[in-house]
Amino acid sequence: MNELALAIPYLGKRNPAAARWVVLAIAFGAPLIAMLFGKTWVRILDFAMLYVMLAIGLNLVVGFAGLLDLGYIAFYAVGAYTFAFLASPHFELHLPFWLVLPMGAAFAALAGIILGLPTLRLRGDYLAIVTLGFGEIVRIFMNNLNHPINITNGPQGINMIDPLVLFGWDISKPLKVGDEITINSLFLYYYVFLAFVALSVLLVQRLQVSRVGRAWAAIRDDELAAKAIGINTRNMKLLAFSLGATFGGVSGGLFAAFQGFVSPESFSLMESIAVLTMIVFGGMGNLAGVIVGALALTALPEVLRYVAVPVQQAVFDKVILDPEVLRMLLLSLAMIFMMLLRPSGLIPAHSRYSKPELVVGKEGKA
Amino acid sequence: MITLLEARNITKRFGGLTALSDVSLTIRKGEVYGLIGPNGAGKTTFFNVLTGAYVPEEGELVFNGTELPTGKPHLVVAAGIARTFQNIRLFREMTALENVMAGHHIRSRANPFSILLQTRKAREEEHLITERAFELLRYVGIERFADTVSKNLSYGDQRRLEIARALATEPQLLALDEPAAGMNATETAKLRELVQTIRHDGVTVLLIEHDVKLVMGLCDRLAVLDFGKKIAEDVPAMVQQNDAVIAAYLGGHGTAKAGAAA
Repeated sequence: MNELALAIPYLGKRNPAAARWVVLAIAFGAPLIAMLFGKTWVRILDFAMLYVMLAIGLNLVVGFAGLLDLGYIAFYAVGAYTFAFLASPHFELHLPFWLVLPMGAAFAALAGIILGLPTLRLRGDYLAIVTLGFGEIVRIFMNNLNHPINITNGPQGINMIDPLVLFGWDISKPLKVGDEITINSLFLYYYVFLAFVALSVLLVQRLQVSRVGRAWAAIRDDELAAKAIGINTRNMKLLAFSLGATFGGVSGGLFAAFQGFVSPESFSLMESIAVLTMIVFGGMGNLAGVIVGALALTALPEVLRYVAVPVQQAVFDKVILDPEVLRMLLLSLAMIFMMLLRPSGLIPAHSRYSKPELVVGKEGKA
Repeated sequence: MITLLEARNITKRFGGLTALSDVSLTIRKGEVYGLIGPNGAGKTTFFNVLTGAYVPEEGELVFNGTELPTGKPHLVVAAGIARTFQNIRLFREMTALENVMAGHHIRSRANPFSILLQTRKAREEEHLITERAFELLRYVGIERFADTVSKNLSYGDQRRLEIARALATEPQLLALDEPAAGMNATETAKLRELVQTIRHDGVTVLLIEHDVKLVMGLCDRLAVLDFGKKIAEDVPAMVQQNDAVIAAYLGGHGTAKAGAAA
């Protein structure tokens, strides 16, 4: 959160305490503001939170450990399908979410190791191609495992997935406070997702400033030198793949519960690329950047969908550019200008892997 | 004196090229041992075999009485051998402090679970690593750059940082691959002091170097490689007079003419 606060222009550096309150206020107030524009916008925010989690997880692999992964959405799929299998009428299983979600995370982590093992020696482009293939394989499996035995229900997907039930409280139903006020479930989902995002940020920050985070950064910067100082690069890479996948798995599980429906088409290559774009756009390796990137790029297509059509109708009396076309156009332009003007992302802050101030402060007193 | 490292009949081939042929040498505890030879003599190949980057076709390395694993760099570091590179290889995006902290990796224990839960042990270890890293930066004399991203350091300071990072692995044998390459006279003099301090503090040093003056002044003993073969191993004064060495450096067959040139 401190990183996010620091990233606020002007205020961040001058008054970090105030900036932190601003971040908190935005995090908690966002759905209320969104509600002013309609329920759809709260829903978009919910999705944005899921993408933030995905981006945080992928950033672990790409930003920290430097392993370019173009099939990341596969772990999201594994998490989502695990949830769908274990908590829907499809197999007549209705396990509680606190059991299903960790299982989804565990399966995703396992998938991460399965992807990691054969790719240990690959770097850069070669790794990207293999991971891309992996992502597609997972999607195609989901698409075709409906016969001879029906496991995934093929392209139709799995329906009627159980919603999140926290300690007997179904958050897909509106919450009634007293007689007057009812809180829409979209809000409830938002705050649950926000809690997950906050936890993810906390955990990833802890990893970053640690022996493990430094080992990843070392492998990213110079693998040979990393080996020469005694880092077991094989284990550290597998750890990065599996931990990164875990975040994807959790996010996927939440997605399944929130949406109530999963199908292979949610896990296409374009989704992997979208998440990667969020990281690159925001600032690779930098948590604040990654979060801002994810929020910005989730919001962009939706804003266009609701703004582009009316604006064009008002100006030209007809719709010249379809919002979908406009989205790709603007995204491409944004990426080109980013690469030219800010190649290290929207918030190109230097990532920290240590806390020297702890020691310096102590010595200063002594 | 106690033997720290013994290389026995090391042979390394790359296809038809024999980069090292039957090289044996002994490094004693506490000395500065030089490895010299003309370009392409196999010095760096020996380094790479020693540190586990290459697997030799023949021969073995005995360190502290036990055989070193080949082809497993992280186990070699764990056994107590650290190296620097001829062309500096720092973690460019990390600060000087973080580079040294990364060097502590092998001597620290925190696992992902203790890190995620921030157990007291993990926090104390992190603290200790930070402190030790500061100490090492001070030791090599660049503590004022602790917070500088390492790619922005000056050339000489990058060399020093690489040595600090290697020392962070708490080695018994520090292998320096041409540490004075590209340094000016002042920087070289400071480097010589640093190597002497390191040796004084109980770390054995293996030095590959082109700067003959530095090697002759600094090393207790020298081995000379030429075309992958060891042609001499002795104290500097004797090596300087060795006919085969003179021939290797000046050409010819070690005749009286070459001897006069030395």
